Amino acid sequence: MSTVSYQPALEPRESYINIAYTVKSWLFTLDHKRIAILYLIAITVFFFIGGVFATLIRLELMTPEGDLVSDDTYNKLFTLHGVVMIFFFLIPSIPATMGNFVLPLMLGARDLAFPRLNLLSWYIFMIGGTLSLTAAITGGVDTGWTFYTPYSSVFSNSRVVLTVLGVFVTGFSSILTGLNFVITIHTMRAPGLTWSRLPLFVWAMYATSVIMLLGTPVVAIAVALVGAERIFHLGIFNPALGGDPVLFQHLFWFYSHPAVYIMILPAMGVISEVVTCFSRKNIFGYAFIAASSLAIAFIGFLVWGHHMFVSTQSIYGGMIFSFLSYMVAIPSAIKVFNWTATLYKGSISFHAPMLYAGGFIGLFTMGGLTGLFLAALGVDVHVHHTYFIVAHFHYIMVGGAVMAYMAAIHYWWPKITGRLYTEWLARISAVIIFLGFNLTFFPQFLLGYLGMPRRYHVYPPEFQVLNVMSTAGASILAVGYVIPLIYLTWSLWHGKAAGPNPWKATGLEWQTPSPPPTNNFEEIPVVTGPPYQYHLEEVPFAPSKSEPGAPV
Amino acid sequence: MNSFRLFPERASTVSHQTDALYLFLCTVTALFSILIFVLIVYFAVKYRRRSAVPPPPVHTDLRLELAWTIIPLLIVLFIFFWGARVFFYIYRPPRDSLDVHVIGKQWMWKIQHPSGRREINELHVPIGQPVRLLIASQDAIHGFYIPAFRIKQDAIPGRFATIWFQADKVGEYHLFCHEYCGTQHSKMIGRVVVMDQQKYQDWLAGTPAEESPAESGAKLFRSLKCIECHAEKAPSMAALYGSKQRMADGAIMEADENYLRESILDSTTRVVAGYAPIMPSFRGQISEEQLMELIAYIKSLRDPASLKKTD
Repeated sequence: MSTVSYQPALEPRESYINIAYTVKSWLFTLDHKRIAILYLIAITVFFFIGGVFATLIRLELMTPEGDLVSDDTYNKLFTLHGVVMIFFFLIPSIPATMGNFVLPLMLGARDLAFPRLNLLSWYIFMIGGTLSLTAAITGGVDTGWTFYTPYSSVFSNSRVVLTVLGVFVTGFSSILTGLNFVITIHTMRAPGLTWSRLPLFVWAMYATSVIMLLGTPVVAIAVALVGAERIFHLGIFNPALGGDPVLFQHLFWFYSHPAVYIMILPAMGVISEVVTCFSRKNIFGYAFIAASSLAIAFIGFLVWGHHMFVSTQSIYGGMIFSFLSYMVAIPSAIKVFNWTATLYKGSISFHAPMLYAGGFIGLFTMGGLTGLFLAALGVDVHVHHTYFIVAHFHYIMVGGAVMAYMAAIHYWWPKITGRLYTEWLARISAVIIFLGFNLTFFPQFLLGYLGMPRRYHVYPPEFQVLNVMSTAGASILAVGYVIPLIYLTWSLWHGKAAGPNPWKATGLEWQTPSPPPTNNFEEIPVVTGPPYQYHLEEVPFAPSKSEPGAPV
Repeated sequence: MNSFRLFPERASTVSHQTDALYLFLCTVTALFSILIFVLIVYFAVKYRRRSAVPPPPVHTDLRLELAWTIIPLLIVLFIFFWGARVFFYIYRPPRDSLDVHVIGKQWMWKIQHPSGRREINELHVPIGQPVRLLIASQDAIHGFYIPAFRIKQDAIPGRFATIWFQADKVGEYHLFCHEYCGTQHSKMIGRVVVMDQQKYQDWLAGTPAEESPAESGAKLFRSLKCIECHAEKAPSMAALYGSKQRMADGAIMEADENYLRESILDSTTRVVAGYAPIMPSFRGQISEEQLMELIAYIKSLRDPASLKKTD
């Protein structure tokens, strides 16, 4: 790359960070990179708030008796843990931070298609988050993050309306972000960046955005109806007034199952970037990985009924949903096999992002395979609503999505900040998180098959040994998450300058200085080949001075 | 019931089927996890970076892609059929089942046997006898779950749910509420006692005789004036349960518990062909328990003569 000269971060070069330092310049920014940072700060706060709830839950469950908190408090803790982690951390995590930051860079674009809409998304997200947190502080909510009716709409004596209002409002942030991404990917690709040359992270974000656009309105309506039923005593879900409580489950899971793919598809996109970079290889089965993202997004909309096998759904309906659930397992398996094959004959190095990516593949494989148990109708009858499910979705969401989020943070941190973090600390914390995670959640599979129901404040004493193991694991996991917070923050001031491309990666985002200038590229690059051409001495991009509308 | 273990007790006919599939799934999971794990570790060691020269690209192999699409597909299809088989077994009770009524409410289980004996948070059942549970809820959604039997069923307000089991091991087992239902959800638990036939009969006889649900239902049928019409003008209740009924809109409905429930509570929603929608609705007039009793009575009517007013 003779055209991009090395520029240390400390050099007084203008970047999106040092262009202005006022609070106003951040809160009214239209730069996708600055908005990504706003999201990053917000979701990090939400992650640790959700983590505090999780810690209290695990402490309570160390003993079979309810001796740390009262039953009502416990119920509020697991509800808020779920609400905060899912709606205010996991769903926005990779799309709103990494997607916002690197998507335009990967496309060779100067920003997203609608920068103002992007800022609006962040404000909507913050308003939603504030509403739900206000509910948490002023009394809490005890319905479970699933808000099942008629408990939520009739019987609960907690802050249901405020909480669902927060979820409702936040939904619009998702919708607008999805809209922005879809349009950006369609219209703002650099010259030569055809669909078959798109990085797989972009394909994943595209599939995710489609789900956000189509699914989020449904959950927004579902929770709005819960609020309406509480306030106006309508008979939508309340059977005493002729409503149908199971209708809520249909509406809720029609979004909330695809929401799992909102969390995991971006994660898969990250893994495709990281695995290729650190094994210096082109991706194995590019077309299959890209197509499997779209397949997951599509079939993912047709499996919601597998949450309701024991909800008096017809047994034939159950069969169809079971079958479709198995069909959605196949594209996920294809991805895992292709990532593994990408390592074959590679030149593999074990930097922190790669360790996190390896952790992702292992834990996601476990999470995916245990999904086969839940889709098997007869077995699901036993393990549904038990700790088996809790373990399964934490393998997908924490072992999968959060691991990939950590991989993404470590992979793009030098690009975002212009600084390198302390590599050995990053590797150690990757290992700590992997071990702590398994100790926390593997015992829960056993607990689930033994029959321990989820959301239990007190439990029979024979389940204690496994619960103590889980709590011990959680304390290790907590350490694993605090260490990165420390060394990443430290690196902001003391990290070595990263240079434009510390990993020698091929993506367009690496063809501009770190941190990038406000308008991303001096000149809009022209793409001349497929992604992940790690075997070439020169990456296949040619900065073109003749590009119309290029640098001002 | 209260000792540490890593695998749950098996105490029903279905538990063996569920466990067989579970163990098969564990094997599949172990094989694929080990396969992926071994490959990753092997590649990571064998192809660790030794020089800065990038390796040549490896091209996608269509045969490989097809292989790892089709082989997992066949495996999951096999699991799908096996899972569905067990599921159908769980949800299709034999005809000679003992009907036990279960009502969930915050935060207890109220149970009544066909003989009339009632219990709370306990379920006594005979070994070797199919038992069918008719489950309802009075408030929020609850869940009736017996891990040792590998069965669970949501108790949903506004409708009946059914599930059945046949216990095959004498003992005491956990009964849990599995669907979160509020403050004391985790205390909505109890025990299931599996007894041999003789002990069960003794247990049933152990308390002063209580009215059976069908007897209570018969009294309700008179006191609620159902009998005024259903003896002559309205459709007969005799041999109604389980029969097929033609509705005014041409649909054919099976007269199961949920059909009877709807006919009583929302009497004009579906009307049997040839009759006018004139029956009053009983929504809000009778409790879940009374509804179950009325239905138990209707189910007991095998002989049309038993419907006579003079009865």
